[in-house]
Amino acid sequence: MTDLSDNTVQAGRARSRLAMAWDSDLAYSFRRSPVAMISGLVTALLILSAVFAPLIAPHDPFNPGTLNLMNGFTPPSEANMFTGDSFWLGTDDQGRDVFSTILFGLRISLFVGFAAVALAMVIGITLGLVAGYIGGLTETVIMRVADVQLTFPSILVAMLIFGIAKGITPPEYRDQMAIWVLILAIGLSDWVQFARVVRGATLVEKSKEYVAAARLIGRSPVAIMLRHILPNVLSPVLVIATISLALAIIAEATLSFLGVGAPPTEPSLGTLIRIGQGFLFSGEWWILFFPAMTLLALALSVNLLGDWLRDALNPRLR
Amino acid sequence: MLNYILRRVLQSVLVLLVVGLVAFAMFRFVGDPVETMLGQERTVGDIERLREQLGLNKPFFIQYWEFLVRAVQGDLGISYRQGRPVAEIIAERLPATLELAFVSGLFALGLGIILGIFTAIRRDGFAANAIMTLSLIGVSLPTFLIGILLIYVFSVELSLLPSFGRGDVVDLGWWTTGFLTPSGLVALILPAITLGLYQMTLIMRLVRSEMLEVLRQDYIRFARARGLSQKAVNFRHALKNTLVPVITVTGLQLGSIIAFAIITETVFQWPGVGLLFINAIQFVDIPVMAAYLMLISVMFVGINLAVDLLYVAIDPRLRN
Repeated sequence: MTDLSDNTVQAGRARSRLAMAWDSDLAYSFRRSPVAMISGLVTALLILSAVFAPLIAPHDPFNPGTLNLMNGFTPPSEANMFTGDSFWLGTDDQGRDVFSTILFGLRISLFVGFAAVALAMVIGITLGLVAGYIGGLTETVIMRVADVQLTFPSILVAMLIFGIAKGITPPEYRDQMAIWVLILAIGLSDWVQFARVVRGATLVEKSKEYVAAARLIGRSPVAIMLRHILPNVLSPVLVIATISLALAIIAEATLSFLGVGAPPTEPSLGTLIRIGQGFLFSGEWWILFFPAMTLLALALSVNLLGDWLRDALNPRLR
Repeated sequence: MLNYILRRVLQSVLVLLVVGLVAFAMFRFVGDPVETMLGQERTVGDIERLREQLGLNKPFFIQYWEFLVRAVQGDLGISYRQGRPVAEIIAERLPATLELAFVSGLFALGLGIILGIFTAIRRDGFAANAIMTLSLIGVSLPTFLIGILLIYVFSVELSLLPSFGRGDVVDLGWWTTGFLTPSGLVALILPAITLGLYQMTLIMRLVRSEMLEVLRQDYIRFARARGLSQKAVNFRHALKNTLVPVITVTGLQLGSIIAFAIITETVFQWPGVGLLFINAIQFVDIPVMAAYLMLISVMFVGINLAVDLLYVAIDPRLRN
């Protein structure tokens, strides 16, 4: 409350951007929603620990020189019976520290998620703008393709693209390329939502006077689409991007779990769960449990954040 | 009316032709079939002869047409990995997937409608609220984690249910069924719940919101005023009017059940077409991938078309 009165005092003066952001409707609704705050905090924490994984991780899981096979299957926070070493979340069959593999797995999961959503956004926004602004046959073709793709679940489309891309890559490069192929597959399977929303919003904006004015002074169609219309259709895109991120993270985990995603040499959370599933029956529950919980926390908090953002940016629901 | 039906049928055929083109392009351009079949020891003459034999020197669209004709006749090529006709492998695997999809659809529909009615009638009760919250968490869990969780609880900890495979099956010649043996039936429980859970919550939420909508209508108040019992009002008058959207959603979800069976089949090592498809991707077995793509497209497009036509049949307002 104090900063609100402070700001009324300073109302005439120029305020810093930070203060303006703090006072915005969005920030206000964020401060009022405990769910948004907690999920925001969890998301931020997970992203930060993924970014700084090399600094936080107590071991380097990808450097075979630091591994000791004797440390294999050490339960969480217990001393290993041969070496006496102790690991916070235990170790897997090869003596890798589970906590460290989770941090590095999180890095790959988040990287694939963000990159795939970025790809889907670029494709979807471009095609949506073009379809909405140009119209005619171009629009019909783009939207028909979108309709057909929407008939199939996106995870199936992603699997198929992954399979085809894997077939095209020469066998010796397959493991190296797997992460990029995964990004391509998830990105291409998810552009339709963006295209539909951007097209709808573009159709509305196109008939407004500022667009007519821009056309009158002779700006090119590309400039009108990018500089004038695009900024006005971005807020629904933001909501879809957040929800897409949660879906992309789950899609990545699912594909990697099925063995058609990140390879064991660059394990994502899904790959770790796939590996951990093998030890479910022999009692080493921690190899599976902690990666699964991390994935769950990540997917759930990004999802809740997306839900909150949708409600906060949609004035009709208030 | 006739115009609409014709247009929808034409659209569906067009979609199938495009999918066929994708499948054909996979065959033709992902990996060289001549290269795959001849191996290291070959002469230019061998290559020419095989190209002639396989019809690879004909124009692209003639090849595409011949591919489609063969596919319709049931010739889907030979699996690179197993060296057997793909159609034969799929025919072997299909009963497992269809039985699983059928049971989980039944589970989703049955429990979804019951829980939907319950949560609508007792909308403020503790149990109803608990079910709604649980369903929210259930929806955000990835399918494979639900499967692993069920295996952990019911197979590892309680040792009640099997965690993989179909159990004993009875061979009926053209169909293998797990419905006729106790171990086959028990093996169905966990995979069916895993696969149907998402659809179950979807149907439950739909029935609940439709019921709440209908219970507010005047004819329900009138039925109550006539002194009809609570049961008759809820089940005879209200439920009937909620079922139209449920039927269409169930129809459309049938396709996703078959697609998501891929994940469930992998978790439970269920010997169906989904597991076949995943293995095909892992080993880049193009003919199997292409055949699965066409099979599932025919199912999806068929279901969509049927639901659209059903709409017209059920709702007279759409007929003009």
